[in-house]
Amino acid sequence: MWNYLIQRLFYSIFVLIGISLIVFITVRLTGDPVAMLLQDGNPSQEDLDEMRRLLDLDKPVPVQYVNFLAKAVTGDFGRSFRYSTPALGLVLERMPATLKLTLAAMSVAVLIAFPLGIISAVSRGSPLDFGVRLVSLIGISMPNFWLGIILIIIFGVNLRWLPVSGSGGLKYLIMPAIALGSALAGTLTRLLRSSMLDVLSDDYIRTARAKGLSGRMVLTRHALRNALIPVLTILGLQFGLLLGGAVIIENVFAWPGVGRLVVTSIGLRDYPVVQASVILLAVILLTVNLLVDLLYTVVDPRVTLD
Amino acid sequence: MASSTQANSAALRAELSASQAAEEASRARSRRRWRRALHSLRRDPSAIFGLIILSIVVFAALFAPWISPHDPGLVDPLKRLLPPFWSEPQGSMEHILGTDAVGRDILSRIIYGARISLGVSLISVFLSSVVGITLGLIAGYYGRWPDAIIMRLVDIQLAYPLILFAITVAAIFGASLRNLIVVLVIANWVTYTRVVRGEVLVRRQTQYVEAARVNGCRDVRIIRSHILPNVFSSILVIFTLQVAFVLILESGLSFLGLGVEPTIPTWGSMLNEGRNYIMTAWWLETFPGLAIMFTVLGINLLGDWIRDVLDPQLRID
Repeated sequence: MWNYLIQRLFYSIFVLIGISLIVFITVRLTGDPVAMLLQDGNPSQEDLDEMRRLLDLDKPVPVQYVNFLAKAVTGDFGRSFRYSTPALGLVLERMPATLKLTLAAMSVAVLIAFPLGIISAVSRGSPLDFGVRLVSLIGISMPNFWLGIILIIIFGVNLRWLPVSGSGGLKYLIMPAIALGSALAGTLTRLLRSSMLDVLSDDYIRTARAKGLSGRMVLTRHALRNALIPVLTILGLQFGLLLGGAVIIENVFAWPGVGRLVVTSIGLRDYPVVQASVILLAVILLTVNLLVDLLYTVVDPRVTLD
Repeated sequence: MASSTQANSAALRAELSASQAAEEASRARSRRRWRRALHSLRRDPSAIFGLIILSIVVFAALFAPWISPHDPGLVDPLKRLLPPFWSEPQGSMEHILGTDAVGRDILSRIIYGARISLGVSLISVFLSSVVGITLGLIAGYYGRWPDAIIMRLVDIQLAYPLILFAITVAAIFGASLRNLIVVLVIANWVTYTRVVRGEVLVRRQTQYVEAARVNGCRDVRIIRSHILPNVFSSILVIFTLQVAFVLILESGLSFLGLGVEPTIPTWGSMLNEGRNYIMTAWWLETFPGLAIMFTVLGINLLGDWIRDVLDPQLRID
């Protein structure tokens, strides 16, 4: 167990260094932030050089990277070129909104997928089963941002039930969460259905039935618990897709999260903010995947991590 | 020594004739499999539905110049934002699905868009499968440091928010068809690598690979004739899933304005152009999205069937 954790931690650090290197180099290829920041003032060459020195952009890129890394491990990701406040603070300020959206989407997906997946598996071959399968496939087949726009057109513009953009109470969260969670709901429904069908044909289910347990007891205690294992894997893997999808959804709904911040920051050539967001998102993703792997051992005692 | 050589060559002959027989048998098996596949297609209404949808889309893509009612690029300021035909009083059969903000015919743009959207997806999925399979074979077959390097690259790719990478690349090189394909390839090679590597690790242990190696087969030959055919069905299943995934991803990137040049109609770029008119002209967003949805649905329906036929172990139903 501890060996495994240490090994995973080691890999994660390696991955984070790789990611920081990629974002550091690519963001520098997007263009010169200094010219962009000073474009209104008709700056002289001295002004430009001075600005470059202030932003620590006058040194060779490898030197810049080493400096960046040395500071980043202490939690200092530099100051935003645009807002002059610490980049990490800017990102952390927006992170709760993004996590809220992502978790809401995940809840929507789970709330839809569990009943549908179980009903579908139990009533296999029935028209109900067919309907659930078709609906879940349609959920997978839509671009999530497009579903968001259609929801806006129907419930925001025509029916005026829900606000079309921004954030505030729960009613601002409904449409973005449904849009972001629908594909995951479809995936989970299909997965849960097939996984339940697998489990339901196993011997121990027959044993449980034979010894007189109620149908409901067999389903929840025996079948669902074992059917959850593949669902967990996918949930972990899909978390990354959700975070990525959140970037687009946030832009559609003007949701004040990291996704919107980072898209604007790339446009503004605000290197520190882009770097901090990408690295922070990667940290969250790696943590979630590790937690999922640890959860296996809880859900399925047969799994050991060494 | 001599007797062992003799025994070896006898064994080799036996194996040769055995392998001929095996080849014959595998051909017969594959014939049977095709027949079974066609048979199961007839009994699977959802697969037939998927096939019909896809045939329509492919037909539209191939014959766009002949079937599209208007020139997709034709701007007509007098016919801006016309609604679909059933919408009185402005709608007319001349522009069945209406027109966009500069008076271009929506239906024609969707028909031409099928070319680009399908083409981009197929090309990028094919290229990423070539890259991904090659890396997966190398990692799985050779192990050690090539494996370590490739798998760490996979880890990095999986933890890097793809959409942000795509936006950055678009900011560097600009939005173009070629850059879009490059981004999509970088986004999707990982799945192949992981699956192929996993399969190779299993196959490498099998007796027929061991036998081939003992008989002096070179690595390339072992991979080509003993390993690759066995991972083929997994690859085909991923391929269909990826085409569907890439169609959606492409629309997302184009929606953010990172897709192709503005003059080229794709379903995603149409969604991007229409986003400023959602308050007034719902049809700009609705129809290209429906085109994406039905196409992806068709691919997924057909994909389920392919998976059932090729990989009974993966059977969903």
